[in-house]
Formats: sequence, structure tokens, C-alpha cells
Amino acid sequence: MRSAFVVFRKELRESLRDRRALMNTLLVGPLLGPLLFLVMIRVVVSTELNKAEKPLPVAIQGAERAPNLVAALKAAGAAVSVAPADPAQAVRDEDIELALVIPSNYAEEWQAGRAATVYAYYDSSRKEAGSQIGRLKGMLEVYSRQVGAMRLMVRGIAPMVANPLLVADRDQATPSSKGAMLFAMLPYMLILTTFIGGMFLAIDATAGERERQSLEPLFATPVRRTSFLAGKVMATTAFAGTSVAMSLVAFLIVGRFMPAADLGMSIDLGSRFLGLVIPVMLPLVLMVSSLQTFVAAFAKTFREAQTQLGLLQIVPVVPVLLVTVLPFKTALWMYAIPLVGQQLVITRALRGDTVGLVPELLVIVSTLVLAALTYVAARRAYTSERLALSG
Amino acid sequence: MIEVRHLSKSYGEVAAVRDVSFVARDGEITGLLGPNGAGKTTTMRMLYTLVRPDSGSVLVDGIDAATDPLAVRRHLGVLPDSRGLYRRLSARENIEYYAELHGLDPVTARARIDRLIERLGMHNIAQRRTDGFSQGERVKTAIARALVHEPANVVLDEPTNGLDVLATRALREFLRELKAEGRCVLLSTHVMQEVAALCDRIVVIAHGRVVANGSPDELRAQTGEAALEEAFMHLISPSEVSP
Repeated sequence: MRSAFVVFRKELRESLRDRRALMNTLLVGPLLGPLLFLVMIRVVVSTELNKAEKPLPVAIQGAERAPNLVAALKAAGAAVSVAPADPAQAVRDEDIELALVIPSNYAEEWQAGRAATVYAYYDSSRKEAGSQIGRLKGMLEVYSRQVGAMRLMVRGIAPMVANPLLVADRDQATPSSKGAMLFAMLPYMLILTTFIGGMFLAIDATAGERERQSLEPLFATPVRRTSFLAGKVMATTAFAGTSVAMSLVAFLIVGRFMPAADLGMSIDLGSRFLGLVIPVMLPLVLMVSSLQTFVAAFAKTFREAQTQLGLLQIVPVVPVLLVTVLPFKTALWMYAIPLVGQQLVITRALRGDTVGLVPELLVIVSTLVLAALTYVAARRAYTSERLALSG
Repeated sequence: MIEVRHLSKSYGEVAAVRDVSFVARDGEITGLLGPNGAGKTTTMRMLYTLVRPDSGSVLVDGIDAATDPLAVRRHLGVLPDSRGLYRRLSARENIEYYAELHGLDPVTARARIDRLIERLGMHNIAQRRTDGFSQGERVKTAIARALVHEPANVVLDEPTNGLDVLATRALREFLRELKAEGRCVLLSTHVMQEVAALCDRIVVIAHGRVVANGSPDELRAQTGEAALEEAFMHLISPSEVSP
């Protein structure tokens, strides 16, 4: 154990002298994610806010034929303008986004109490069209319903007769869970940091030693190979752990600058969050470090190891897809799958939901078991004769 | 003292070492001489327990390498074929790492490293990072770290490979000093002049077998050749054609 500590110290000392690796693992890796995230969420928020408040530009042809309708649209937030002579062409040419045509027989139909037709021109292939036509239709609908209700009342009929079904919105998204939707990337970023943080050291300490031909003299010293492995995994873990810690701190800071309140969200990035997340991240750091050391033990060169560990980084995407994209209902057994479990715990902790003791323990234990298995595999790779025979 | 008894090792179909036996005594320099690919490195690797022999045994100061490899490595100072250093550490720190791995206390380690730096003439490079070292500076550093625990037995695989004339001379002088201190020095080489200049005992290996074993004079007498180089050629040539 003493020699393992000697190895650990030397690996740290050597890696700390590599400025490029240091920048990558301790600064760029953990900080870039949160910063990008901050920028991204600000963009999302400002577009959301803009969309809701910005007047809807509507070009109308024949506005004089329906002054009440136009007045209602204006009241609902439409910026009314006069449409060009050929509104369909103008929409196709992208001169205007939306055009509403009130035909010449509108007044006649209206007076007769028949359904008067208006024409809405838009191009659904355009990015903004969906939400804009939705808004316009919503405004028209409201106006139509109001007038309809009045006509029924004039005839002495209760408006409810024409509206047998009433839909009342009861949105179950709490402010926090809305925030968590935007924050779906946080667990992924945090998990990814465990892969990035120790990667350089894992490669350098195994494949790098092999490539530099320094492994053979090392194995000629009276130190067990398992001690070398222990020291190297410890050093990798230290780097990955620091990286994750930096990332967490970065997120806590970024969390303070989040325009969350603007969107009516609440995001829990306080001590409760840390209390739930840190216990599941520590075993993960151990597991990823042994896994990377194990994989790097099979690579002959630094580059080869880099390629393989690069591929390994794709692994944490899988639980993101499982948890956020696929319509899986969270079940208890999911917590027993390392990476998926972490994703779930972090997601719930962010939302301000509780995580039971059983799921939390399930994540910790299952990850520790996998960490032990990968460590044993790495031990076998390290004690094999092949490992030291460079070139 | 190093005793090698009937060592054999195959890699798949290829027999790298076949029934190799020899003894390297204390206070002597023993040379393992043979052409490239003769099995010298594999034999050396079995000596310092990097490779496990298929059969046969290695005894270092009477300790069996198969039963107590850690003790064997404690009694050995090894300069392997691959002698990579840590680029981001200074020469001194490279040696310190090995001192720590050998479990030396800091005071002893410091004294020994100072002495090795003195003996190997490394003053000007000791504090420098090893990145950009010349081949000679590399070998010096590698030898210093191999000897920091003052082993009774020193094993060197092609120690003068890639060294210029001056560095080679200095290294030979250093090996003679080790011999004078009563250590057992075993080196492998494919360079005839090396054994002629240094060795008390020569073990000639070709195609994984020991084809001759004796002092330079004995080898000359055995082959009937006056020059050692001719004797060497004579020894390895017959086996070039036999399987």
C-alpha cells in the first residue's frame, strides 16, 4: 500500500506539470459545459419571452369589411398591416409571414348568420410559422366563440348548448419540473466530466508508459504490479473527482445567474442537491477510472488509447436517451444500472423531487459493484505478461 | 550471483530460448553474446521475472525467481532493453522515484543519489527535465535509477546501444568499478568488442541455445581461432544452418 502511494504521488506530480492536460481536465472540461449551458438557457429564455410578448404581425386584405374582427385581433396583440395585392405570393416570397384575407362576401355571409370564411395564408415549412399561425387561429377562435355565444343568447339559448365539451387545462408541470426539462443536459454534462477528468492520466499512466518504454524497468522493481495499478487508479480517480467537483461548483455558480424566475421555474442547486448527487457520483468516478485504466492497458500507444477512450465517452449518452427521450416510466430497477441511476438521481434532485433511500442506495451499491468488477479486470490485465512487453 | 538452469521459453510456435544454463559470479563481468534475435533479451527478461519461463529456473543469490520474484528483484539492478524516462520529471526526480519504490528512506536515498550523480558525472543534467536528453544522458539516468538500491547483481541489456565512443568508454569504466566492488555484472550484447574489452566470462547464445561458455581464452582455445571475433563467427555460424 505504501508503494501504491508512491506511485500515486509520482503520477500526480507528473500530470500536474503538463499544462495542456491540466487545462483540459481541470478547467476546460468542467467549465465549458456549464458556460455553454448558461449561454444556451439564456437564449432559450429570451426567445420564449420574446415570443410571448411580441405583437403578432398580420397582414390583412379587406380589413374594412370586418372592422370588429380586426379590432378584436388588435386587442389580442396582433400588429395589423395592409396586405399586398397578392398575399399568397407575398408569403411565398417571404415578404410577410402571415396574411389574412377577408373576402368581399364576408359581410353578406356574416349578416345572414352563416359561417363567414376568412383565409389565412402561411408557409408551414418556415420555422416560426407553426407558433404564429397557432396564435392567429387562437385569436380568431376566441372572437368566433364570443360572437357565437352572443348570437345564441339573442335567440334565448344558453351558449353551453353549442359547447357540449369544455376542456379545462390543468398543467401538472410544476415550475421546477419545467426547469428540469431545460436542465436535462446537466446530468449528462456532470457524468461526462467523470469521463473527461481522468482520461488523460489513465492513458498516460498505462499506454503512455508502454509507448515511452518506461513500464519494463518499472516492473523490474520489487513492487507488486497490483500496487502500480492501485496507485495509477487512485491518481486517475483524484483527477476525475477534482474535475467533477469543479463542474459542480461551476453549476452552482451558473445556477445563480440563471434567468429561471423569468420563466416561472425553480431550480434546486443547493446543499440538498449536493447531498443527493455527491454520494452517487463518487462511486461513478471510481468505476470510470478503473474502466479507463483497464481499456488503456490494451492499447500500445497513446493515440490508440485516446481513440478507444474517446469511444468510451459515448457510453454516457445512452442513459440520457433512455431517461429523457424514450418514453420510459421510471422504475426502481433502473436505479440499479450504473449511469442510468446517476442520470435519474441527478434529474430528480434538480427538479426538487425527493429520492428515496432505497433508490439512492441502489445506485451507490450497483456502481460500486461494477467498479469492483472493472478493477478486477484491470488487475488481470496488469498482471498479464503481455502488458510490460512493449514493442 | 546469478544461476540460470535449463531455461526455455516459447512464443507460440517460436522457441525463443532453449535449455539455457549459465552462472554469473560475483566480482566478475559476464557477457551474454549473440546475434540479434538469439534470445538474449528473453533470457534477461526471465532473469528479472518479467517473463515466466516455460521450464527451468533462475536463482539470484540463491533465491528462486519462481517462488519469490519480489526478493529476486530486490537483489537485482536492471537496465532493460527499454529504458524510457519520465519526460516531465528531472533526472534526479526520475531516480528518486525508483528510490522510493525500493522503499529507501529520504536521507539514505539522497546520499545514494548524490553519490551516483557524482560517479556517473551527471551534475549538469541532474536538475534538468529528461525531455530532450541525449542517448548517453538517458542511459546514465537509467543506470542510476537501476542502482539506487545498491544491488549485489547488475543486469544490463545492451547497455552501450546507441552510445558514442566517449560515453561507451565511461560506461565500461563504470562497469569495471562495479565489478571491483564485488558485484555480479551480467550484460548482453551483440558487439564483439564489448565482451573482448570487458568480460571475464562469455556465454555465446545463438538460436536460443548456449553454444559456448568460458573465458575469452577458453573460447579461443575451443574454436582454434586466434582472434575472438573469428571465434565468435565460428561459434554462431554452424547453428545458422541447423534448425
